[in-house]
Amino acid sequence: MQEISIKVEEKLYQNRYMVDEGRPHIVIKPHTQPTEALASLVKICPAGCYSRTETGQVEIAPDGCLECGTCRIVCAATGDIEWNYPRGGYGILFKFG
Amino acid sequence: MSETFDAIVIGAGPSGNACAYVLAKSGLNVLQIERGEYSGSKNVQGAILYADALERIIPDFREEAPLERHIVEQRMWILDDKAHVGGHYRSDAFNEEKPNRYTIIRAQFDKWFNRKVREAGALVVCETTVTELIKDGKGKVIGVRTDREEGEVYADVVVMADGVNALVGSRSGLKPEVKPETVALAVKEMHFLPQDVIESRFNIGEEEGVVIEVAGSVTVGMVGTAFLYTNKESIAIGIGCLVSDFTEAQVRPAFLLEKFKNHPSIKPLLAGSEVKEYAAHLIPEGGLPAVPQLFGDGWMIVGDAAQFVNAVHREGSNLAMTSGRLAAETIIEAKKAGKPMTAQVLSAYKKALENSFVIKDLHKYRRLPKVLHHNKHFFTDYPRLLSQAAETMLRVDGEDKRSKEKKVTKSFRSTRSLGGLIGDMFNLARAFR
Repeated sequence: MQEISIKVEEKLYQNRYMVDEGRPHIVIKPHTQPTEALASLVKICPAGCYSRTETGQVEIAPDGCLECGTCRIVCAATGDIEWNYPRGGYGILFKFG
Repeated sequence: MSETFDAIVIGAGPSGNACAYVLAKSGLNVLQIERGEYSGSKNVQGAILYADALERIIPDFREEAPLERHIVEQRMWILDDKAHVGGHYRSDAFNEEKPNRYTIIRAQFDKWFNRKVREAGALVVCETTVTELIKDGKGKVIGVRTDREEGEVYADVVVMADGVNALVGSRSGLKPEVKPETVALAVKEMHFLPQDVIESRFNIGEEEGVVIEVAGSVTVGMVGTAFLYTNKESIAIGIGCLVSDFTEAQVRPAFLLEKFKNHPSIKPLLAGSEVKEYAAHLIPEGGLPAVPQLFGDGWMIVGDAAQFVNAVHREGSNLAMTSGRLAAETIIEAKKAGKPMTAQVLSAYKKALENSFVIKDLHKYRRLPKVLHHNKHFFTDYPRLLSQAAETMLRVDGEDKRSKEKKVTKSFRSTRSLGGLIGDMFNLARAFR
């Protein structure tokens, strides 16, 4: 596959968010080794919210979340994450949708 | 909020708005709950509006709804890395007094639709997330719990129009969880360009629009499609593939979108545009086998939450609006007859769906999701073969045409074998029958 350089963060700058400070709507359960499902989110989250720590765990910064629910569905069987909608009014605010 | 409503509608997308509007219009006491700041703030679609479904709800919507362009031309492209092979249909017949399909911008359209719901008399509460259903001792749904303080509200019937994730229904055990194999993840960008640039670039007049639907190598072997729609002053471009394929192939969705935007057939159409939004959303693609139980004691499911998407024809919002309307009509009938909202009474909703295009179309294509899932070469081998065939036949290089034809036939047979080719045709024909 040809390499196209993309920075998801730059895409997210275009969007409007109302961040619910200190109340993340997605929480990863503590783990030493991520499951395959959880590890896959590092690539397939469309907002790039998931990343690997130096020690190999998966962590999340949900501020840029587009609330698509992909991670919720991928990890439904493994129970790796706790996923809720942000509180009413918070989260992504699509200008166009 | 301690009163009991005739109906509570969860969600303010096309299905929820259609349902709440029809209910309120009939004089029922309706509460609609939306988690976003306004109707549309959480909603994503390409987006094409199919006039018929809305016309049956608001006949004169064209006079006031925010519409972008009516569609006069449909392009269907199969891409390989350097080329596209396509079919176009353009007709002046689509320039009619009451056009059949429009491009819309969902945040604006949904806001308008929801204003109509309020004007019809429904109470609309935004910025409020429904957390669960409230059931009585016998399991009948009697209300909802929200994330507001003392946020419990009661109604004779609750309509779940909470979209593809449909958390309310699955957390209450009324419907199974969506599976990665039956849902697509789509990413989308809004590219802004001056109106006259769009019109000259796509060869269209002031109100006219073009849609391009794309399949092929652009999804790098995954089951999926891409699209490009012209709005008045913007172009919506997106691409989506099954979630199970994304996890397996480990492809970044944003990378896929960039690859599509950089395809030589697409890039010139976007040149000079300014990107103003990046969105992602799930699309139910499981078809009829994925449709859950649609009603029960005190509850109904409509729209994406019920998996009502015709993936073949890229239709969803019309199925959503129609299911919302039919759910509302079922409730209105029951109310008129003084009947309780039991599963038996609400089963009329399912009958109405079965008599409509919603279930009929889903039934027609019920085999397709499985066929595509097990035949990835439809998205890899065939686009390449078609493109090579076209190039072979069109390039004039001294080789005689019969030899060129042989070359083309050989390329198909060596890739898929004769049995494979016949099997593919059989499977496809059967899935479309």
